[in-house]
Amino acid sequence: MSKQEQHWEKTRGLLFMTLAIWFVFSIGIFLFGAEMNEVGGPFGYPLTYWFTCQGSLGIFVILIFWFANRQEKIDEEFGFSERGDD
Amino acid sequence: MIKGNFIDNLPKVYGIYTGGFLAFIIIMAIGEQMGMTSKAIGICFVAFTVAIYAIIGYLSRTAQADAYYVAGRQVPTVFNGMATAADWMSGASFVAMAGGIYFKGYGYMALLVGWTGGYVLVASLLAPYLRKFGCYTVPDFIGTRYGGNLSRFLAVVVLTVASFTYVTAQINATGTIASVALDIPFQYAVYVGLISILLCSMLGGMRGVTWTQVAQYIVLIIAYLLPVFWISNKMGAGFFPHFMLADEVARIGELEQQFGFVANSKENLAMVPKGLAGITKAHSAVNASPWQFISLALAMMMGTASLPHVMMRYFTTPSVKAARKSVGWSLFFIFLLYSSAPMLATLSKLSLIDPSLPTGIIGKSIAEVQSIDWYQNWNQANLMFVNDFNGNGTLELNEFFMGGKAVVLATPEIAGLPYVISGLVAAGGMAAAMSTADGLILAIANAISHDVYYKIIDPKAETAKRLVVARVLLVVIGFAGATIAALEIQGILGSVIWAFDFAMSGLFFPLVLGVWWKRANKEGACAGMALGLLSGLGYLIWVRNGGSGFLGITQLTFGIFGSAVSLVSMVVVSLMTSAPNAATQKMVDDVRVPAGKSIIGRN
Repeated sequence: MSKQEQHWEKTRGLLFMTLAIWFVFSIGIFLFGAEMNEVGGPFGYPLTYWFTCQGSLGIFVILIFWFANRQEKIDEEFGFSERGDD
Repeated sequence: MIKGNFIDNLPKVYGIYTGGFLAFIIIMAIGEQMGMTSKAIGICFVAFTVAIYAIIGYLSRTAQADAYYVAGRQVPTVFNGMATAADWMSGASFVAMAGGIYFKGYGYMALLVGWTGGYVLVASLLAPYLRKFGCYTVPDFIGTRYGGNLSRFLAVVVLTVASFTYVTAQINATGTIASVALDIPFQYAVYVGLISILLCSMLGGMRGVTWTQVAQYIVLIIAYLLPVFWISNKMGAGFFPHFMLADEVARIGELEQQFGFVANSKENLAMVPKGLAGITKAHSAVNASPWQFISLALAMMMGTASLPHVMMRYFTTPSVKAARKSVGWSLFFIFLLYSSAPMLATLSKLSLIDPSLPTGIIGKSIAEVQSIDWYQNWNQANLMFVNDFNGNGTLELNEFFMGGKAVVLATPEIAGLPYVISGLVAAGGMAAAMSTADGLILAIANAISHDVYYKIIDPKAETAKRLVVARVLLVVIGFAGATIAALEIQGILGSVIWAFDFAMSGLFFPLVLGVWWKRANKEGACAGMALGLLSGLGYLIWVRNGGSGFLGITQLTFGIFGSAVSLVSMVVVSLMTSAPNAATQKMVDDVRVPAGKSIIGRN
């Protein structure tokens, strides 16, 4: 397998992992919205309510930065990273 | 100031700007103490901020295509994040979101999840690859990746339909705010708003829009957060509302139990002015089915990833890795406002319905409520209404009605904050609507001038001529949008959601598969765009005219149907026709590698 194919393989793996986490917090948990809301969440808010106000939103922010760092590592590993800073 | 090492000085420039704006707020507060009228304060706030944006727009003027279309591709990640956040958060987010949460609770919160979750798709599926491509516009990517004028043209059509639906709502919002703050009739205020918008974008194109959007973000976030924190502290609800409102949320639940949701008869509801609503849904309980919630969130997420005015902001970063990080910053700056909207809704609702608070009006006598100053003001502005339906002389929960905008606009006054805060909120709403309108008008004008005029009609046109065409189109599209906005056809939020559905119907899969599926070809993409948009539009018209719909897809989520048709037709047609040629396959390979030259253009 060429260097480029290996790079793409890893990139695709990271994409699937990112999308899996995204799916859980944007769609998965809301399948059980009513049940989850009976449970107390962070800061004392009902759990589903907290996810819609802050939880899912905050997790998406962290997820994107995490994804960006991981992708940069993959690019560096194969020497595909751009020179210079941002 | 803008030339030379302006980029290195950005933190300093915007630091001084923020300090200056805070000083301006303090001066206005002192002015209020010294007897300045509320009307004068409102005019000062709107006029002062719009004048600053116009100056930034003038200083950013340019005659170069690279600066006009993509701000010279040198916008640092954090600042591009702020500009994207302003580009993204519309007048609707600013003025109507807290109101939507106030009235509809959980069912509406799907929009918060959708409008943030979409950025994960932007970061992982599209933005870095389109940045590597080096295109000026989104149709530029489609046209080059798939080849042929038809695919390029279809992308321009989808872009125009989606963005134009969106932009009329924004011009409408600038008109509403300008008419209230400057006290002029709406039909004229719309054009005042339009001229303010064009001042930011005409001379500098994307460069002007970028630096005004950063300035607009700073104004709008201060204008949103300051009142939320102030109200929370004044009510004694907690100094950091986001972490401390659990008791207030629980208290609203108790009061809902105590009052109960009494349904009003049709005759009674007919007496309520149009556009006002009562509290009929639980505040923090789950009041929508899983599919209702998920389908709306999903439509908004896929729509986010297909809206060209957002995507083109990531063409302005210096590198591919900067584009990725910049998406994270964008969402962070959006998060600051979105996570505050539910807090504002909670504070606003509790302060109105809790009889044990001095501001609570439920349980008071109707005559007493009607004599409150702020009630009279907002009743006159057609945003509040009470009526003693059951004739017992006391205001019940089901006898109080409010407009969605009032949550943001009236809560500071109800909580007893000085008028200077209301002036600030008007400036913030204006900034939010202007920045989004600018991004949208520029997206449409750039697509038509670059993709239709330059790439299809006259490929030999010189830069100077292309930029003249781009600017003429900017003005024409702006005026067309303002003219339709003046007709006031749809409410602000309705048309905003439609824009997401149109965008995802036509563009989501052609964009994503362009990067992630090498086998996707021209015929498939054209089928995907045309059939996706037409089936989405057809479904909308059908449901609007009394059609029953299927699978629980409503007029707010018709993009789910449109994009499904788009995906199926794109895959089927692609596989039925021949694979893309070797040069195209090589192009896709190159897009997937961050290093090296971009596919088109020099950098």
